[in-house]
Amino acid sequence: MDAKNIVISAQDLTKQFGDFTAVDQITFEVYGGEIFGFLGANGAGKTTAMRMLCGLSKPSGGKASVAGFDIYREPEQIKRNIGYMSQKFSLYEDLTIKENIQFFGGIYGLSDRVLKEKSTDLIQQLGLAEHAHTLVGSLPLGWKQKLAFSVAIIHQPSIVFLDEPTGGVDPITRRQFWDLIYEAADQGITIFVTTHYMDEAEYCNRISMMVDGKIAALDSPTALKQEFAAETMDDVFFQLARQAKRKSD
Amino acid sequence: MKQFFIFVRKEFLHVFRDNKTLLMLFGLPIAQIVLFGFALTNEIKDSKIVICDYAQDNASRQLIDKIAVSRNFIVKEQMIDQQQIKSVFQQGDVKLVVVFPNNFEQDLLHSNQAQLQVIADASDPNTASTLTSYISSITSDFQQNFNAGNQMQPIISPEIRMLYNPELKGATNFVPGVMALVLLLVCVLMTSVSIVREKEKGTMEILLVSPMNPLTVIIAKAIPYFFLSLINLTVILLMSVFLLDMPMNGSLLLLYLVSSILILCALSLGLLISNVTESQQAAMLISLMAMLLPTVLFSGFMFPLENMPVALQVVANAVPSKWYYIIVKSIMIKGVGFLSIWKETLVLSGMTLFLLLVSFKKFKIRLQ
Repeated sequence: MDAKNIVISAQDLTKQFGDFTAVDQITFEVYGGEIFGFLGANGAGKTTAMRMLCGLSKPSGGKASVAGFDIYREPEQIKRNIGYMSQKFSLYEDLTIKENIQFFGGIYGLSDRVLKEKSTDLIQQLGLAEHAHTLVGSLPLGWKQKLAFSVAIIHQPSIVFLDEPTGGVDPITRRQFWDLIYEAADQGITIFVTTHYMDEAEYCNRISMMVDGKIAALDSPTALKQEFAAETMDDVFFQLARQAKRKSD
Repeated sequence: MKQFFIFVRKEFLHVFRDNKTLLMLFGLPIAQIVLFGFALTNEIKDSKIVICDYAQDNASRQLIDKIAVSRNFIVKEQMIDQQQIKSVFQQGDVKLVVVFPNNFEQDLLHSNQAQLQVIADASDPNTASTLTSYISSITSDFQQNFNAGNQMQPIISPEIRMLYNPELKGATNFVPGVMALVLLLVCVLMTSVSIVREKEKGTMEILLVSPMNPLTVIIAKAIPYFFLSLINLTVILLMSVFLLDMPMNGSLLLLYLVSSILILCALSLGLLISNVTESQQAAMLISLMAMLLPTVLFSGFMFPLENMPVALQVVANAVPSKWYYIIVKSIMIKGVGFLSIWKETLVLSGMTLFLLLVSFKKFKIRLQ
């Protein structure tokens, strides 16, 4: 991991909805190739922060750049260089696995030849060969999520944003999902992932904890556990979350 | 451009995989045409009437035959007196009684004036006036032929001419209205629902994060529905011409052109609706309410605009289907060319352009 290579940087990034400050002047950096965990209780502002970085939401203040591009001035370049997987499982359920891969690959401008190769590889890798022509809607949730992740990185983005990607699946599937994440990280894709599963936090290289729209702590899981004299990330989270004034939803 | 085609292909897949959508696309127009064309027609067929012929002469016979062959009536001849008329009506199924007085032919030949008593059961005023108007038109047709060659024109009843629709066929009124209704409903419903569905399922976010231009997304979404609507239009036209005997006197090309404008108008309305709704149900409800009511009330195909208060007539001007209705009637029935309908077309195009611009502008590029 190259610590000098900054792929995401945010400075005093702020988002207000009327009187409510969802994200309050957060400042952080994400390095190339790392798995960066973005943690916080529900309503702490993680999703909002992530959406600003992806160009889904306009910041109210502050500066940020993603993959070397400014989020105000160059959102189109950013879009070309990132992948995104949302909380809601998001593939087309009425299309087959193959059609989904071809559609999402296609809108990222992959050529037919590359697309064909990729989709065959991907289906092989996920062990879905005999289901290539199955409608996605009929797959189990765990498979859908793995597929959604693979589709999110089909265009080899430099960064992929995952918004609570493992919500609602069993621990084994979650573990398998993280294997996929590691594989992607090995290929040099930076992973920016929000979660509120503390066991997942342990898998990250570095994590930031958001409380009430602010970043309360940012370091590697080991360092954080030392700092808070805690056994597990759960304890770290409880200590930090207890400071929260904002009610979670 | 390639992205665009990939997207269009995906939209077509959505349509063809969803039975509900297909049903709505093709079932709706067929159901509407059948409903409006046959069930809800204001044309009255096979109405039972009683003819009481005191004259029993040549002229009365001819006129009765003429009435009897009309498909509006089933004639029963019966000699009844004035007292019995009421009891005939009270039995319920007879709606009209025609009484030929004595000396009908002689009056007609010698004094050029003959009387014919037409008594209608006006407990249903609409039926009564429609039936009497059928009788008057048959009568006036009869007298012209009867007196052909004679210089003196007899005056029995006011001459009624039904221009373009001498048989008072209901289809001529309903078909253009149904066309407007179906095109609007299908397009608005389909576009708004298909966009809102992507919002609901979360795929819209993925699209917005992707390098796809939002404008491309909109246009690619609209294209399948545009073509499907044209197919729809063809189905409606075929059904109305071959099933409902609707005339098609004008240029087909012009009709498709104007319809395309209405479809565009509907697509942009659907887009607007999708901007303000978050769930498919809401989108459906708004589309139905916003399209069905104004079209039915203000396009003039159910309720004549001329009878409305001025304020409502002004409101009607803002309803695109009103203009489309006028244009379609002019093209199909009167067979006019573009020069006669350019004003209405201009208004419709203006509305479409306005809605298109507003909906493009309102389409949210960023989610919040």
